[in-house]
Amino acid sequence: METKSILLVGVGGQGTILASKLLTTGLMEAGYDVKMSEIHGMSQRGGSVSSQVRYGKQVQSPVIELGGADILVSFEKMEALRWLEYLKPQGKVVVNDFKILPMPALSGKEEYSEKILEELSSKVETKIIDAGKEALKLGNAKVMNVILLGSTIKMMELTDIDWNKIIEDNVKPGFVDINKTALEAGMKLV
Amino acid sequence: MKKLMTGNEAIARGAYEAGVKFASAYAGTPSTEILENIALYKEIKAEWAPNEKVALESVCGASIAGARSLAAMKHVGVNVAADALFTYSYQGVTGGTVLITADEPGQHSSQNEQDNRNYGPFAKIPVLEPSNSQECLDMVKTAFEISEKYDTIVLIRMTTRVCHSKSIVECSDRLDIPLKKYEKNGPKYLTLPSFSRKNRVKVEERLNRLEDFSNETELNRIEDNKSNIGVIASGGAYHYGKEVFGDEASYLKIGFSFPYPDKLIKNFSEKVEKIYVIEENDPIMENTVKKLGIECHGKDIFPSYGELTPDVLRKALYGKAADTIDYNKDLVVGRPPTLCAGCPHRGFFYEIAKRKDVAISGDIGCYALGASEPYNAMDFNLCMGGAFSTAHGAQQVFDMNVDENKRVVGVLGDSTFFHTGINGLFNVVYNKSKAISVILDNRITGMTGHQENPGSGYTLQGDPTEMIDIESLVRACGVKNIRVVDPNNLADMKETLDWAVGLDEASVIITRWPCALKKFSKEDKEEFGDLFTSKYKIDFEKCIGCKKCIKTGCPAISFDKASKKSFIDILQCVGCGVCSQVCPVEAIERVEM
Repeated sequence: METKSILLVGVGGQGTILASKLLTTGLMEAGYDVKMSEIHGMSQRGGSVSSQVRYGKQVQSPVIELGGADILVSFEKMEALRWLEYLKPQGKVVVNDFKILPMPALSGKEEYSEKILEELSSKVETKIIDAGKEALKLGNAKVMNVILLGSTIKMMELTDIDWNKIIEDNVKPGFVDINKTALEAGMKLV
Repeated sequence: MKKLMTGNEAIARGAYEAGVKFASAYAGTPSTEILENIALYKEIKAEWAPNEKVALESVCGASIAGARSLAAMKHVGVNVAADALFTYSYQGVTGGTVLITADEPGQHSSQNEQDNRNYGPFAKIPVLEPSNSQECLDMVKTAFEISEKYDTIVLIRMTTRVCHSKSIVECSDRLDIPLKKYEKNGPKYLTLPSFSRKNRVKVEERLNRLEDFSNETELNRIEDNKSNIGVIASGGAYHYGKEVFGDEASYLKIGFSFPYPDKLIKNFSEKVEKIYVIEENDPIMENTVKKLGIECHGKDIFPSYGELTPDVLRKALYGKAADTIDYNKDLVVGRPPTLCAGCPHRGFFYEIAKRKDVAISGDIGCYALGASEPYNAMDFNLCMGGAFSTAHGAQQVFDMNVDENKRVVGVLGDSTFFHTGINGLFNVVYNKSKAISVILDNRITGMTGHQENPGSGYTLQGDPTEMIDIESLVRACGVKNIRVVDPNNLADMKETLDWAVGLDEASVIITRWPCALKKFSKEDKEEFGDLFTSKYKIDFEKCIGCKKCIKTGCPAISFDKASKKSFIDILQCVGCGVCSQVCPVEAIERVEM
């Protein structure tokens, strides 16, 4: 099969790293060759972050190139637009209807546009989900990341993999059940 | 056992499997997780060193005493360790010795971009370049064999993407490598000129033997796809090349890049008509190919800086990358890194930013963010530990210039002070400048993700150890004027800066408050009390919309244009209280949680 590319983006602290860990582990156990690239360091301090996941028969570059992602999953609205040029023109966007103001917007120097979702939807197939609201329904705001992972898995037709086992093996015992529920909720949202 | 590992985790696993017994490092992106992961293997004595030179020297000592030993550092760290490196090259090893350099093409988290493959020919030592995690693991093991067989320290060059990308790795068991018997050997290990002149000759002979190895080893291999196009590539760039050319090219995959495999390059050049050399940063292999009289393309089409990711290669080769979506990029607001909510550096930068009578000499760490909005409180910064020395030199010259009545304030952190900052303080005292030296002691190494250091009271493994006291150390340096201040108390912070600027001689200010993201130790709780147990909120009735709180640059505070009021995000606020001190109408109130 041709190598597929999933680009997970968000803001430092939103849990993209756990989502990509579960995703890549599942893909590996399903028998795919997998590569994943992240940038650590300065960007953690409230900056824009990305996890780039690629899988297939044999993967070469761990990095997704411009116009190379099959799907862009954004944990925050503005980040979807920032990373959109990495999506294939026929690719899909899953965007969390969630806003984290960057410093220039916090200080009022620049405007955080209300037209982001509109701009995304007008250019590319876009699924807008409210993972924040869904997470609160489940009683833990932190599982937003696994809800988004659930939506990603559904969109990429990867539901045959035993994700419950992946969660059991990789999440602390006390959080296994809520993450399983979150994953399922995410699948239902798309 | 198959596992997904980053390159850094795989280096650690390789060290474990290779029977390494001692490892040392100084934290620095993208190398930090190498030692953190080595520390998970109880069989290896792993230590944070105060700087890279100390790390490498300790590793050399461990090798001399008979153990397989490994040092890891970021690219600029090798500059710090270079003095030890160049002479250890002459001495050779007892237990195998490997140095990992983590280079940063693209400068994701670094002050420069330097190609440390250059240390190969410069220090006359072999260089290996893994391209993925499996190779990281395998090459560490091979590097130790080369080190012991050829009696040399071996350099492994990683890059950010190799360090921080995950791929699938097959693990095996740890080799049982006993300690070598220690024998006193003056001609080998004493660097007296009479011995070193002989070892100098030995180094040249070693290079000749290593060149033969380079031509024979499977680390360098030809992948013949019967194509007219040939690609010579190493490290992460090999996979980028394969992504773009696929089976349409033949490859000379270089894993052992110095000494160069001359014969193999000639052999490869006879199989293809057109050669592309794909290497990140300097044209090292390209120049080697050209020196052999072989035509090739390299830096004439590919950039000499930044990463050579597939899109960069495509643009260089075909004039354009893959098709992308055209959209309104004007809607995108930048998201620069900021000092965190509750960062103890905030109070210092907020106060010093208001002063017009100072020039600020910064350093490498979280406090470099003091240079950005809204503080703009940094004039220059150079390298790790350089703040006080550059401040000193600048102060000496400002003092010659009657028109430039500036006090220079050097600013660095606790870990940076221990790294090499203290040497700069010696210079300030010894050579009698009146530079002001500020140590932002947040009780941890922050930017790289919370590593213990000689002042934190704990080892890499979290065992309690001697806590080196910065104030006593500063006093012992001969500094007469020392103040320790809580940076979250803005009135104290301002008064302390006034005091320092008012003195006509050197002073040291130590701001002491733990990093808001730190896991607080028993000692932290004893010294600082109930840390971050309250929050602050804005009384909208009182808020006059003056934006003074916004100017503290706290990411938990935003300004709502519609209501013209400030707003504190309760989830982000950790209750440092800096904003409440700048509010002119007492609209920001403390809330106990």
